[in-house]
Amino acid sequence: MKEKLVLVGNGMAGVRTLEELLKLTPEDYQITVFGEEPYGNYNRIMLSPVLAGDKTIDEIMLNDEQWYEDNNIKLHKGKKVVDIDRVNRKVIADDGTEEEYDRLLLATGSKPFIIPVPGNDLDGVISFRDIHDVDLMMDASKKHKHAVVIGGGLLGLEAANGLMLQGMSVTVVHLMDTLMERQLDKPAAAMLKKSLEEKGLHFLMGAQTEAIIGKDRVEKVRFKDGSEIYADLVVMAVGIRPNFELAEKVGIHCERGIVVNDTMQTFDPRVYAVGECVQHRGQTYGLVAPLFEMGKVCANHFAKLGIGRYEGSVTSTKLKVTGIDLFSAGDFTGDENSEDLVFQDAARGVYRKLVVKDNKILGTVMYGDTIDGTWYFDLMRDETDITDFRENILFGQAHLGDSGHGDDNRIAQMSDSAEICGCNGVCKGDIVNAITEKKLFTLDDVRAHTKASSSCGSCTALVESLLAHTVGGDYSTAPHLKPMCGCTEHTHDEVRASIKAQELKSVPAVMDAMNWKTGGCSKCRPALNYYLLCQWPDKYKDDSQSRFINERAHANIQKDATYSVIPRMWGGGTTPEELRKIADVAEKFNVKTVHVTGGQRIALYGLKKEELPVIWGELNEAGMVSGHAYGKALRTVKTCVGKEWCRFGTQDSTHMGIELEKMTWGSWTPHKFKMAASGCPRNCAEATIKDFGVVCVDSGYELHVGGNGGIKVRATDLLCTVKTEEEVLEYCAAFMQIYREGAHYMERTAPWIERVGLTYVKERLLDDPEGRKAAAERFLFAQKFAQDDPWEERAKGAEAHEFTPIKKIG
Amino acid sequence: MSENWIEVGNLNEIPALGARIVETQDGNIAVFRTKDDEVFAVRDKCPHKGGPLSQGIVSGKKVACPLHDWKINLDSGEAVAPDEGCAATFPVKMDGDKILLSLTPNEGCPNS
Repeated sequence: MKEKLVLVGNGMAGVRTLEELLKLTPEDYQITVFGEEPYGNYNRIMLSPVLAGDKTIDEIMLNDEQWYEDNNIKLHKGKKVVDIDRVNRKVIADDGTEEEYDRLLLATGSKPFIIPVPGNDLDGVISFRDIHDVDLMMDASKKHKHAVVIGGGLLGLEAANGLMLQGMSVTVVHLMDTLMERQLDKPAAAMLKKSLEEKGLHFLMGAQTEAIIGKDRVEKVRFKDGSEIYADLVVMAVGIRPNFELAEKVGIHCERGIVVNDTMQTFDPRVYAVGECVQHRGQTYGLVAPLFEMGKVCANHFAKLGIGRYEGSVTSTKLKVTGIDLFSAGDFTGDENSEDLVFQDAARGVYRKLVVKDNKILGTVMYGDTIDGTWYFDLMRDETDITDFRENILFGQAHLGDSGHGDDNRIAQMSDSAEICGCNGVCKGDIVNAITEKKLFTLDDVRAHTKASSSCGSCTALVESLLAHTVGGDYSTAPHLKPMCGCTEHTHDEVRASIKAQELKSVPAVMDAMNWKTGGCSKCRPALNYYLLCQWPDKYKDDSQSRFINERAHANIQKDATYSVIPRMWGGGTTPEELRKIADVAEKFNVKTVHVTGGQRIALYGLKKEELPVIWGELNEAGMVSGHAYGKALRTVKTCVGKEWCRFGTQDSTHMGIELEKMTWGSWTPHKFKMAASGCPRNCAEATIKDFGVVCVDSGYELHVGGNGGIKVRATDLLCTVKTEEEVLEYCAAFMQIYREGAHYMERTAPWIERVGLTYVKERLLDDPEGRKAAAERFLFAQKFAQDDPWEERAKGAEAHEFTPIKKIG
Repeated sequence: MSENWIEVGNLNEIPALGARIVETQDGNIAVFRTKDDEVFAVRDKCPHKGGPLSQGIVSGKKVACPLHDWKINLDSGEAVAPDEGCAATFPVKMDGDKILLSLTPNEGCPNS
């Protein structure tokens, strides 16, 4: 018989937990839900836009009653649970309904705080918490004129804005001197107040409410200083308190909320709690992202997978008032040991402050232009050392993925037809529609449904901003370091560390030791294969079925299922013999296109897979080998002709390039790896947009690292200048090795360097000569097992099954 | 309806978590082998843009198309939601280690 799961509280956190559970094990539980409100499950965060007239109630429903029916969930709506019999394991509702449980989930949310002043129970005094409150406000706005909102925080301002848009004259009363003092510092708060005043709101700051006056209905509000204002409607929005009355009544341990552990379990092991009602590690949360994170962990334990842990969240805030962009996260006040970095442009209405300690971001406040909010938030969450780009950090992520929108990236102002994702042709309107119609909450959801940002990823920041803007701010940001993929809770770094520490030597061994939830997917298996290969170059047996087709077939698949091949041309040089052979092969195999690549080589297109080994055999005859143009591997070393021919050349860059390529060819890397060597600072080989670039100068060789000419153009950082070719080779080998050992799979050197910092690379390669030499030696050791031409092996018959049909019929 | 079974090869000729192609006059059929030695036959043509599914990475009972990473269920030929579309599947059965295939597609997918 199925176990019985009862959920008390039909809100976002509880229902999200059920959704996560149903995804994991749709059949394990017989589920019953109690909800006090007479509706299905709706998006409480979006009540403000409903009040402001931007949305309707229908648009913010998340799960209608059909959903409960479809999933065989019994919904008791409009029933309040008043007691729990923990001995006999049943819950009891106010109308006498009883339901038994094997496991119980409390998601009772929070209650608005009602300030204890005389008159707080008069007609016309309400809070702002549910659909009922919104109905009352809409109704009042039709009959009355003067509204007073008590509370100048997030909720109060959203309520005030909504009431104003419904036609009321609204005064916001705030106890403190500045608005939203828990999210904003004084300058940002002042800018916000000015904008809201321009929209038509009135403010009474530093005003303490003493009494609400009226006969039957509210008429006036009186303050400590004796002054009074007229009011036909008073909205109390001074904060929320976790609602743990029920839990406390039945003896479950509560402090400021229902106390739970990292698996969302209360002190009664059959009873779990998620959402605003809980207290976890001393914290309570009132935003959506943490609630969803909790729901995921809780569902995981209900499904008896037992691996998820909730470890707290870092949250950010956004105000949902149309036309006002503000963002705040973390500790934005700081202390005597922290520093403030501030950018302020009053005329443009832009303000940003970063609180920094030991070169790490503790918190941020932004007003006016918040497009960089997600970037700062990521830097804060990852505790990234900002030393290397501190001087420019306030100007934003200079090469933020904006698909060419540049300064025009104020999401709100973009037209619906503005193209966001250039790869898949997805416009702003498509994304907004998908988010609202399909009720999407996360970046991954948006990627799956619209394909936006799912190809090259350069528009990810824009899509995240759009998501934040459309759904209200606190959804998109993942509160934790990201797991490798949906198959595991572990991060790339954790997996690599375990491979080393536990001496794991195969893909199944890693999955076993680290509790993989599945047999792996097309994301994690190639990554694991690479990590194992990198860690155990001499012992690991490559798992070709875990490789993407290009690396398995040693050629590039094209849109019509034919392949292209690119033989290696050392340092970009070739010979008449090689060219003649290429021409012969092209004619013999009916090559459709012969193309000169950007990496100084020649590509042959339109080849049938079955013919590849024969073609390689012919190319081998002229001494040509695989160019690895298909791999996360060393690609090309581009060169200019250097001092051998060029009147400006300072060193033999061609020779340098060939030496580099001879040393590094065949190596597998986290992502593709490109090099170049230029003979003088005119830099004709474009070495400063390569992963490793050499620019020859009269006194030696400048070494440049971390460049990229692709999705996001990034010029290299200068690592150092060395005197000899031998040194260039050693530094190159060492650099490649620390990148191979440290970067996440599919991470180019450019984002890797931005993540770990140039300082770190310099510490490893410049400050620690022994460490550099050791890294170079590890690289050369690995190369012993990597430098066999895969084409030659296959031309001689290896892996024949890969290239031939199992059967030809007819 | 009696199937016309054709022997196409041995199980050990297909790598686990891999696929081989059967060439026919009506186009290629991809024969997949899962980790647990289950065998499936699917039209070698992704419902999205015709990518050769036989070249994709096999995980569980799904294959990821090599062109745009659509995931296709090997048993039904259906694309994994939210993507929509299906590739025809073909009856396949084992006789000992021999793989027997029928060239008459299973019903249910218009894209056969």
